Parts: sequence; C-alpha cells; structure tokens
Amino acid sequence: MSTAAGDVEEMAVRDVINQTLGEEMERDDRVYIQGIDVSGRGGTSNILKGLDDRFGTDRVRNTPISEVSMVGSGLGAAATGMRPVVEVMYCGFLGVAGDQLLNQVAKMRYMFGGELDLPMVIRTKNVMGANAAAQHSQALHHWLAAIPGLKVVCTSTPADTKGLLKAAVRSDDPVIVFEHGGVYNRKAEVPTEDYVYEIGEAAIERPGDDVTVVATQNQLWNALEAADRLSAEGISVEVVNPRTISPLDTETIVESARKTGRCVVVDDTPLSYGTQSQLSATISEGAFWDLDLPVKRLGVDNVPIPFSPTLEDEVIPGTDDVVDAILDLA
Amino acid sequence: MSSQGERSAAIADQERIEMLRTMVRIRKFESVIQNKFADAEVPGFLHLYIGQEAIATGVCQALEERDYLTSTHRGHGHCIARGLETDRMAAELYGKETGYCKGKGGSMHIADVNAGMLGANGIVAGGIPIATGAALSAKMRDTDEVAVSFFGDGALSEGAFHESFNQAGIWDLPLLGIVENNQYGEMTGLEEQHPPSALDDLTIYGEPYGVTRMRVDGMDVEAVYEATLEAVEQARNGDGPALIECVGYRFEGHHEGDSQFYRPDGELEEWKQRDPLLTYPRKLIDDGVLTEEEHQEIEAEIEAEIEDAIEFARNSDYPDPQQAYEGVYSDGGEQA
Ligand SMILES: Cc1ncc(C[n+]2csc(CCOP(=O)(O)OP(=O)(O)O)c2C)c(N)n1
Ligand SMILES: [Mg+2]
Repeated sequence: MSTAAGDVEEMAVRDVINQTLGEEMERDDRVYIQGIDVSGRGGTSNILKGLDDRFGTDRVRNTPISEVSMVGSGLGAAATGMRPVVEVMYCGFLGVAGDQLLNQVAKMRYMFGGELDLPMVIRTKNVMGANAAAQHSQALHHWLAAIPGLKVVCTSTPADTKGLLKAAVRSDDPVIVFEHGGVYNRKAEVPTEDYVYEIGEAAIERPGDDVTVVATQNQLWNALEAADRLSAEGISVEVVNPRTISPLDTETIVESARKTGRCVVVDDTPLSYGTQSQLSATISEGAFWDLDLPVKRLGVDNVPIPFSPTLEDEVIPGTDDVVDAILDLA
Repeated sequence: MSSQGERSAAIADQERIEMLRTMVRIRKFESVIQNKFADAEVPGFLHLYIGQEAIATGVCQALEERDYLTSTHRGHGHCIARGLETDRMAAELYGKETGYCKGKGGSMHIADVNAGMLGANGIVAGGIPIATGAALSAKMRDTDEVAVSFFGDGALSEGAFHESFNQAGIWDLPLLGIVENNQYGEMTGLEEQHPPSALDDLTIYGEPYGVTRMRVDGMDVEAVYEATLEAVEQARNGDGPALIECVGYRFEGHHEGDSQFYRPDGELEEWKQRDPLLTYPRKLIDDGVLTEEEHQEIEAEIEAEIEDAIEFARNSDYPDPQQAYEGVYSDGGEQA
C-alpha cells in the first residue's frame, strides 16, 4: 500500500465517503455523482449530504427511479469524457440494471478492442442484519465479481474506504464499489494525506501465526473481534482483508495461508457459489501442501434473508460463529 | 378529473359505510403501528400509507374476490382494503410466526395469495410485470378476472412499467394500473422525476400503449371507486388495460425517520384539509347515511379491533430459528 507515515484522523466510514468524493470532485471536474436522492437527502444513507451545496446539482444529480438508465447513462457518459459515480441505493437494485452491468458495462471495452476507457464507479451497499427482508438484505459482490470485465471492491474500514474509493474514481475501468450498511458508523484512524490503494491488493489487518481469517466488511470487524477474544486464550489469529474481490490478491492470501496452515474464510454472501468458494479454491490451489486442514467457509446460509430477527440471526454468521470456526481449526 | 357528487347518489349506503370503515381501519392500524415502531417493537423499515387511504379503499371496493392485485413498499392500505386481517398483518410486522408470511417478509412483503394478493414489493415497479402475468393468465384460463397493480408516481420511471403496459396493450390484457400520485418519490418531487409535459397528467405514459386513461381525485374515495368500476368493467369485457392516476398526498414521511425537509411550508397542512378521514364521515353524516353516534361507534369498534390485533402480534411467538430453512423450494430441500 502507498500510505506514508503522517497525520491521521479518527473518522467514521460514512464521513470518509463524503470527504473522499468531495476531494475527488475538487480534483477533477469531470467527476460527478448521479443516483436517487443524492442531492437533498444525500443519498440512501445521507452520506453525500452537503456535496450538492458544494458542487451544485449539475454535478450531484438526482435521477428518476430508473436503474437501467442510471447505470447505462453513466456508462455512456464515461465513454465520452465524464467520470461518473453512480449510486445504486441497495445492491439488490443492481438486478434492475442487470443488462447494463452484465452486457454493457462489463463487455464494452473488450468487445471494442480494448481501447476505450470507461472511468465509471458504481457505489452500492450490501446490507445484512437490518431486518430489511430479502430484497433489501443481500450481499452481491460475488455476483458481479463473477463477470469478467468488472472490477469489484469491498470497503470495510475508514482507511480502506478512502484508498479504494479514490482508486475507483481514478481508474479508467468500471469499478463496482460495494459498501456495507453495517460498517458505515465504524470509526478508526484514517491518514489525512491523499492516498490511493492499488485495486487488487489485499491487506493484513492483524498479523498472527496460528490461524488465518480472510474476511470482508462486517465480517472483517467480527473477525478482528474474534481475534481479540482468542488472543486471550493464546491463539494467534491473522486477519486478512482482501479489499478487492476482483481482481483478487491471491499472493497475500496464499502467503498467509502457507504461514498458518489453517484458514477460515468469512463473508456475507451465500455459502454456495459465494465469495468464500473463490477464496477457498485460491487457498487450496496455492497453499495445498502447507495446509494442515481443509479451508473452512463461513457465510450466509443458502436462503433469501428472512425478515424476522430470530430467523435473520440464524442465517447470518456473527462473531461467535467466527470464533467457533477458528477453534475448530486451532 | 371526475369529481364526487353527481354520481355518488348511485352508490348504496351500505357500500359507502363499508368504505368509511375500511379507511378508518387503515388509518388506525397504521397510526398504532407507527407508535409501536417508534417504541422499537416493530423492526425493519416502515412506509406509511396515511393520507392515501381513499385510493386503496375505492379501488378494492370495485373488485371481486376472484381478482388479483400487486402492491408496493407502501402496502398496508392495499392489504387492508383487500380484506386481509389486521391481526395477521400486525404479526407479520412484528416478525412473528403467525404473520401472513410467517415472519419471512415483514412490512414490505405482506402477501395473501389465497386472497389474490400477490404481495407488497420492495422493488419499485416490481409488482407491475407480475400483475401483467396474472392478467395474462386470467385471459388464457378464459376467466373474467382482472389484475390490478398499485404503484407510485415514481414507478412510472422504471422500464418495468413501460414494458408491462406495452405488452398488456398489445395483448389486450385485463390489467389495471393505479398510479398513486402522492407528489413525491422518496424525498424528490415529481418535477425532478418527470418532464413538464407529463406533470399535469401522468397517465400520458399510457397513451402509446393504448390504455384507457383516467385521472381522479385521490382524496375522494367515491371518485376512485367509480373510476375503478368503469375500468374493471372494461377489462372484464375484454377491452384491455387501463391506467388511473389518483392524485393525493402522503401525510407522513417517505419512511419513518424521514426528516421531511423537502416539504414546502404549508403544503402538508393544505392537503390535510382534504383528509378523507375528515371529509368522508362529514359527507356521510350530511347525506344522512350515518349519524354522529354511528361514526363514533365505528371508530371505537375498529380501535378495539386494532388493539386486539396488536395484542395478538405481541403474544405470538417468534418463528423457531430452524424455520429459516423452510419454504425455499417446493420439495422443502435446500441448495447444496
Ligand atoms: C428498483 C428500486 N429502486 C429504488 C428503490 C428505493 N425506493 C423505495 S420507495 C422509493 C420511492 C418510490 O416512489 P413512488 O413510486 O412515487 O412511491 P411512494 O413512495 O411515493 O409511495 C424508492 C426510490 C427501490 N425500492 N427499488
Ligand atoms: Mg410517490
């Protein structure tokens, strides 16, 4: 990573997003935002509040409730000189924009011979554990990461939110930024300087020796908490944050797996065909001879997320589940 | 806009009182739920229908049991007007196993397929193609059933609306679209969501699809009822789809917790003067259909019903966690 030592500031993820987009809009006047209620309300989670006052509603544009055109017009604008940041309120609504994502955004550069820059960001959010029922409670980064042509990142911490969002805005490829409703209010130190994280670079969030946990977003915070708890029992857990889902930093992940020989992968996507499967395959291929035990996958059970709290709690892994999974291997 | 008055003499007293009861039931149910949500008894999101009661009520009064409907994220009023029981609705909102969806759906997904209620929907315009399919099926099965889709002004911006009504227009389907124009989509006013040429009459979006277009006062339950009767009759006779714009206003936030910063001063108060829960009882009393005492009795009776409904919800059990794995597939199996 390209952060130099320097000043830091304690910030919540939600404020980092606002600040970062503001900085990028200052830096390059081709950057603009479009989405539902991005002006006024400040987007779905009020995160963009104030950007309309700073940059005007020409650059912070409220769209009609039209995901196809919200995403597709972003693509067209990106192909012709603008750098749009599109907000899709909940990741489930990506489904409405399905063709634009699958057949247009992902394939345009390649099909046209690889020459066309498409500097476009789509910000959306995974939501889990908010009693919002199946259409509003989903994690779908694996779904888009399965499409060649899209870059997909998952933001988890205040610092990676800044580094990844800047990288996404400055990228000449479409980048889908999955935020997570469960981490918006998480606070931690963020370097105040301008920095960009490489898309495709994972980070060791916490070094350890006994068990590796690869975890994203809300599950990353659960994993860090689990690591804290287990250190009291003398188990040293290494926590890896992939940051980017596609392309995936196999090197960092495999290296950690080789060191510990025991791995848990945890993420809010459904277990079958989820991110965990890709991570697990990557580890198994790259660290097979160093593994003491098979990789353990943790994720949401294979059901649409139910509304009722007792049901939702049942199907989403929590810190206890991460602890148990580590103990199974340790 | 057709207005109440001239034709309402034709509506039987009995029906008028029924419509009043339905509106009172919706208002009281939601007002109580609003409080329970504030007390954190009701989890999740809550989009209230308060102010729009005349629309669901007038529309559903014109339907038969065999008809179908699809609803939206703001669906409690549609459910109640359709005749769903307030106790099982409340239980669903509380996430209890006695709820209509056994706690799987919550506020945004109440459904009762046995009552032709094909679901509230968390996806804007998500129900319109489904209603189109119900209309197609009604036709293919050689019935005279009609499918009604409720949706907001905002849903007219989704491709799903246009694709569905185009299809319904080509195939002459018995599909009825109810555009609930409550002036806003979330926190953004109509004028930012539709071009000036559409603002005066949102049914203009139905024009190229050949649908019958009507525009009524959505605060006037009888106007809504009569327009719907006409559209339903046409659809039953095989004369194709219709689009009715009901012009109204939502009195509460987009969802609970909305600061409502976007409302111009005085706008809400002005619309509240036309609150159907104030104007309609007055009208029925003036017309001699109802006495003041009878009105009070209706209010008290429904209040008691809603209290019971809340008690039912509270006393019901949360679903056993294992129920999370049930109901995904017809064979009860799980994905590998
Ligand atoms: C496809 C999709 N996009 C966005 C949303 C978020 N959303 C929920 S309700 C709503 C506003 C809908 O406006 P309208 O159709 O006028 O209905 P109203 O809320 O006014 O009843 C929006 C944008 C959604 N649920 N689904
Ligand atoms: Mg509306």
